[in-house]
Amino acid sequence: MKFTEFLPYLIVMAGVTYLIRAIPLVMVKKKIENQFINSFLYYIPYTVLAAMTFPAIFYATGSKLSAGAGCLTAIILAFYKKSLIVVASGACLAVLAVELVLG
Amino acid sequence: MRGESLKRGLKDGIPICLGYFAVSFAFGILAVDSGCTALEATLISLTNLTSAGQFAGLTVIAQAGSLLEMAVTQFVINARYMLMSIALSQKVEERFRGIWRWILSFGITDEIFAAAIQSEGSLKRSYFAGLMLLPIIGWTSGTFLGAFLGNILPEILTNALGVALYGMFIAVIVPKSAENKNVFAVVVLAVILSFCLYYIPVFSAISGGFAIILCAVAASAAGAVLFPVKEDA
Repeated sequence: MKFTEFLPYLIVMAGVTYLIRAIPLVMVKKKIENQFINSFLYYIPYTVLAAMTFPAIFYATGSKLSAGAGCLTAIILAFYKKSLIVVASGACLAVLAVELVLG
Repeated sequence: MRGESLKRGLKDGIPICLGYFAVSFAFGILAVDSGCTALEATLISLTNLTSAGQFAGLTVIAQAGSLLEMAVTQFVINARYMLMSIALSQKVEERFRGIWRWILSFGITDEIFAAAIQSEGSLKRSYFAGLMLLPIIGWTSGTFLGAFLGNILPEILTNALGVALYGMFIAVIVPKSAENKNVFAVVVLAVILSFCLYYIPVFSAISGGFAIILCAVAASAAGAVLFPVKEDA
């Protein structure tokens, strides 16, 4: 792709993404006292990541079987509090193993 | 003291950096497949530092979509960062203000946020700066290498790398769900909603990014009503 065609996309992409992150942090200066909002914000990271992962993870590889194996491996490793990199690479290795066996 | 928390941030950033390296490698491969050069792919990662948004952005670029479409896509998929940004505003130390908020907010990602919000006490700017540095390097360099070397990797390896991103998410969700049954219940609700939106035909018009927001907002609101979190909990 020509760089001059690419550049507007890059600017819009990066600009929107940055402002979404910066504006709330810059604007919200007071402590939020409302218990509902605080509880809501407490749960947000986990619900966002859960909704992003499922069911998308089952379509992330060559087959649902290998993806399922990767998912299960990740859940088990994470349950035993392994670090991010161990969980992520364990999931990749499980996918690789299943796809090698299935050919 | 400040050098101490900077070091702690850098150390906590190492596993995120390695996880990002694997995921961004996959992004680099896909970016080149979508018609970007290695330089363009690397610039996207350096300036965006986000997974889902970049993958969706590639689709817009590949289909030569409009700039408005790009802006709306990014807004919908990344709107979750607004919620994280608000959550962080409640935890930052007194010195974390002014220009520092403008600079350091660039580093708000799912994993960096999760590490920052789980850190003990108020969030120090030196800790947060340390925390984001290595992941930015890992994300950018992984993209470059993926874009550069991707074509020589067999498909079976790129397939395997496809789950790296989700493995990273699971690493954040599962330990917290195991120790807090309220978080577990709310996560299960979000997953059920997400499956419904994905598989029930009526909802198929809802775009992926918007579906994520809907599920997360509904599940978190239900959690806030059913299991309110007490102060300092």
